[in-house]
Amino acid sequence: MLSRGVIDVSAKPRIATASLCGCFGCHTSLLDIDERILQLVDLVEFDCSPLTDIKTVGDCDLGLIEGGVANTENLEVLRAFRRHCRTLVAVGACAVNGGIPAMRNAFALRECLEESYVRGVGVYHPGIPRDPEIPLLLDRVHPIHEVVKVDYFLPGCPPSAETLWTFLTAWLSGEPIAFSYHQIHYD
Amino acid sequence: MSTTLRLDGREIPFTPGQTIMDAALAVGVYIPHLCHNPDYAPHGSCRVCMVGVNGRLVSACTTAALDGMTVESNTETIAATRRSIVQLLFVEGNHVCPACERSGSCQLQAVAYYVGMLSPHFPQCFPQRPVDASHPDFMIDFNRCILCELCVRASRDHDHKRVFAVSGRGLASHLVIDSPSGLLGDSQFAASDRAAQVCPTGAILPKHRGYEQPIGQRLYDQAPISVVGDLRAQPGGD
Amino acid sequence: MGEPVNSQVQAFVARSLDLRGLAPEQLLQHLIAVQQQFGWVPPAAVHALAAALDVAHAQVRAAVAFYAFLHDQPRGDFDILFSDNITDRMLGNQRLVGLLAERLGLGLNETRADGRVTIGLTSCTGMCDQGPALLVNGQAVTALTAARVDRIADLVDEGVPLARWPGAFFRVADNIRRCGLLLSNPVTDGASLRRLLENGADTALTELERSGLRGRGGAGFTTALKWRFCREAEGGDRTVPRFVVCNADEGEPGTFKDRVLLTSYTDLVFEGMTLCAGVIGARLGFLYLRGEYRYLVPHLESVLARRRAEGLLGKGILGQPDFDFDIAIHLGAGAYICGEESALIESLEGKRGVTRKRPPFPVISGYQDRPTVVNNVETFLAAARVVQWGGYWLRGEGTDQSAGSKILSVSGDCARPGIYEYPFGTPVHRVLTDCGAGEVQAVQVSGAAGTTLAPAEFDRLLAFEDLPTAGSFMIFDRSRDLLELVRNFAAFFAHESCGFCTPCRVGTALLRNLVEKVAAGQASAHDLQELRDIGPLMRQASYCGLGHTAPNHVLNTLDKFPAIYQRHLRSADYSPSFDLDAALGCARALTGRDGVADHVEEEA
Ligand SMILES: Cc1cc2nc3c(=O)[nH]c(=O)nc-3n(C[C@H](O)[C@H](O)[C@H](O)COP(=O)(O)O)c2cc1C
Ligand code: SF4
Ligand code: SF4
Ligand code: SF4
Ligand code: FES
Ligand code: FES
Repeated sequence: MLSRGVIDVSAKPRIATASLCGCFGCHTSLLDIDERILQLVDLVEFDCSPLTDIKTVGDCDLGLIEGGVANTENLEVLRAFRRHCRTLVAVGACAVNGGIPAMRNAFALRECLEESYVRGVGVYHPGIPRDPEIPLLLDRVHPIHEVVKVDYFLPGCPPSAETLWTFLTAWLSGEPIAFSYHQIHYD
Repeated sequence: MSTTLRLDGREIPFTPGQTIMDAALAVGVYIPHLCHNPDYAPHGSCRVCMVGVNGRLVSACTTAALDGMTVESNTETIAATRRSIVQLLFVEGNHVCPACERSGSCQLQAVAYYVGMLSPHFPQCFPQRPVDASHPDFMIDFNRCILCELCVRASRDHDHKRVFAVSGRGLASHLVIDSPSGLLGDSQFAASDRAAQVCPTGAILPKHRGYEQPIGQRLYDQAPISVVGDLRAQPGGD
Repeated sequence: MGEPVNSQVQAFVARSLDLRGLAPEQLLQHLIAVQQQFGWVPPAAVHALAAALDVAHAQVRAAVAFYAFLHDQPRGDFDILFSDNITDRMLGNQRLVGLLAERLGLGLNETRADGRVTIGLTSCTGMCDQGPALLVNGQAVTALTAARVDRIADLVDEGVPLARWPGAFFRVADNIRRCGLLLSNPVTDGASLRRLLENGADTALTELERSGLRGRGGAGFTTALKWRFCREAEGGDRTVPRFVVCNADEGEPGTFKDRVLLTSYTDLVFEGMTLCAGVIGARLGFLYLRGEYRYLVPHLESVLARRRAEGLLGKGILGQPDFDFDIAIHLGAGAYICGEESALIESLEGKRGVTRKRPPFPVISGYQDRPTVVNNVETFLAAARVVQWGGYWLRGEGTDQSAGSKILSVSGDCARPGIYEYPFGTPVHRVLTDCGAGEVQAVQVSGAAGTTLAPAEFDRLLAFEDLPTAGSFMIFDRSRDLLELVRNFAAFFAHESCGFCTPCRVGTALLRNLVEKVAAGQASAHDLQELRDIGPLMRQASYCGLGHTAPNHVLNTLDKFPAIYQRHLRSADYSPSFDLDAALGCARALTGRDGVADHVEEEA
């Protein structure tokens, strides 16, 4: 069972979220819990997240990761989350098994880049970008548990708001996490 | 003489010659399975149907039922074994359910739900397997093939065509098609073949018919496979 | 070898069809002949064979892809495969592979641009007592040294045909070091067959029962029972054809005693098969010979021919009008699984060697779904002597549950590798003393699928009730890193899994990857737990013996030699499943970037 493992029991638990190689669908799904988001904000403190303006992750009780690992930036963020979050959760198909972005794994990286930057429709200045500011791509997109230890998985593309809510309320109350049949799906 | 076995403490009748799987299916007890389909000879390759007999695990679909036999199916250790086996199947192929036409009515997915799989756990193999879209009515996405050989058996034993075979060995085992070019479009395969109907996954799919049923209304959206049964057993299946 | 003209291929296939016939069972034998002739199986041969034998194209292609010695792409004129058992490695084969590759200017698994030569690796070729060894166009070359490899490079470059290579290269020694009940006398004159004819099949079976003879191929099934089941199958209906199969696949790494028996005790082996035929009522038998031993075919054929001439084989054996029996040799083509009896039968039928569902067992439904006895080479030999000399003769040695003797193939770190015959019940340390092994760290009993023993266990007994063994006995002294054994065996099983069932097909690959991760210094405690979890899953849930035993070496060494893993572990309790920095290599090459930010550091 996943224990909440709060750092400072007197304070509200801190939650951080990040989107790696995903589509923000999982974050959107989180917002789909509708007015319950107000409850959530009452119960927890949001740390670094696309939902807040905090850019680097601090010590947190829970980290929610959307998206797989496709480049050096994803790697850095994921590792920082693992260092700072007591509990790390893979949220959504992309984080769990690579998802749609991992369909590029059927091709060599060169083919992918040439298709986008050399032969692609509407390319004006063909050439693979070399700008050192751009994160380097891994040869394949990987699920996050292939890089760091993951404590829990919430599949779905995206997991439904109900699934996320069930998870969060169970985690907050320290109850065992249990889902109804309809709450677990891979698409 | 009546013969019975005990399955998870429940007395179940069977007729000699039946397997444990036959006996369970006959009384409506679900034992998860992927390579088994009662219309074809038992195969025993997926190993999802493992049950406990005399402290050992055996595949229910190939093990003969014996009078007085005690069979365990619904235990946490057996569930864990089955979950691991399903996870092996998932990492072996490329299963991108969100992009799969079969999602929601896929037996592999439904069995994975049944065994409580939340993640594939093991590292993905990410094999590179091309899709065969050469046939006018059907396509084969080898990324989703779990080598259950149901299409092989249906084509051989029912359609009398031998359109499919498994080639290679080990992790390089793969489905091949019997035609000079190796393409489905050049084979004897026809949309009316039984082999077109038996795939438990999204590997063999009719063309021009993707995502027909809205999410929420697909077979396994409603209820688990242990309740609704196999896709292929549905009236008017597909 | 260049592309053969289609008409050449068709003409060759036509000749092969004339010679071997049109039965679909002959498919594999035709394919082996084609491979031998052209260095690959060209599409024209696939088409011609599919048409002539009335089998699906897909089935022909599937067979080519299954057997390691068949290829759908051209190999070099000289197709060189180094035996890559751990014993070859301990004798330095990797250095020799490197040497030859360098001399010939090509890499491993490459064919040189001029089509002259290909270099690859293959599973144990059964020459562990005289390695390192290789196969060149299927012919075994032993006792490799740098000088021998140098000479081979010259011969290849000069294009000298194999027939004119020095004969010494192909010399295979018996190395019999210790004779017991079976090895002390290779001579036979058909005595057991005469016994059979004098006293009848029931008496022969009674003697076999009395002897307590159990199969020497590993599983140890009682031989008399197997023969009786087969004799009585189909209600004993004599019109139902029955078959005798001698399992000479000898694929277990570190085993080579069947090779010696087939070389120097040939008559006894064939006599045992003939005896079995007489008992069960078979008219046809097969010797399923692993492809690695194809060099033995002329010798075996000549013995068969002599026995026919002597009236010990063929029609009316020993003048008995209704005693007809003959033996055909079928070659394997590089597949360990084909030693498993039901996979062997599939292979005999010309198909991929995939294990069959059992029951029914071969004694009820074997070759062509007919009652079939499959026995190991050594079992047939012992059976012949038992019927000749009586059951008590075998019982005179061994233990209660393991009557008689066992022939061991001893290799690895010892002064005198070779063949040793001991009474069952002999302790491991006795063998170690006799073969001149010192400073022993571990012994691998019964091959890669067997048991890894630590010194504390060297007083255990070689017998079915303690340490069952098919005969492989590999010794590792203290200078060895046992992780190399684990890497070698893990790669072996991943290569040899037939691929039928999920736990073995995927599990063998995952085990190999994890073991390689350990060796690369990239594994963490979590990975050892994964090994401990996947192993039992394979043991419990695999379909056949290969999958059941494939994790043994990993689980044994994790328990008995934890340090071989621990010393490579990272301090972190979890580490990535792939090499992060290497995964950026493609992108670095494509962008020309190579700054500090373009590399990833390991995390502590
Ligand atoms: C993976 C595997 C490989 C085997 N290889 C051999 C072999 O090379 N030779 C052999 O005699 N038996 C081998 N066996 C055992 C055979 O299946 C069978 O038990 C044996 O040939 C029966 O003969 P026996 O009763 O004389 O031992 C193997 C079994 C397995 C599971
Ligand atoms: S899980 Fe689905 S919605 Fe979420 S990031 Fe991945 S593809 Fe997008
Ligand atoms: S075949 Fe089934 S499990 Fe595989 S991607 Fe499609 S829906 Fe998912
Ligand atoms: S294509 Fe479908 S039916 Fe055929 S082997 Fe693959 S998963 Fe089974
Ligand atoms: S259903 Fe029994 S092994 Fe596949
Ligand atoms: S590989 Fe053949 S049964 Fe597992």
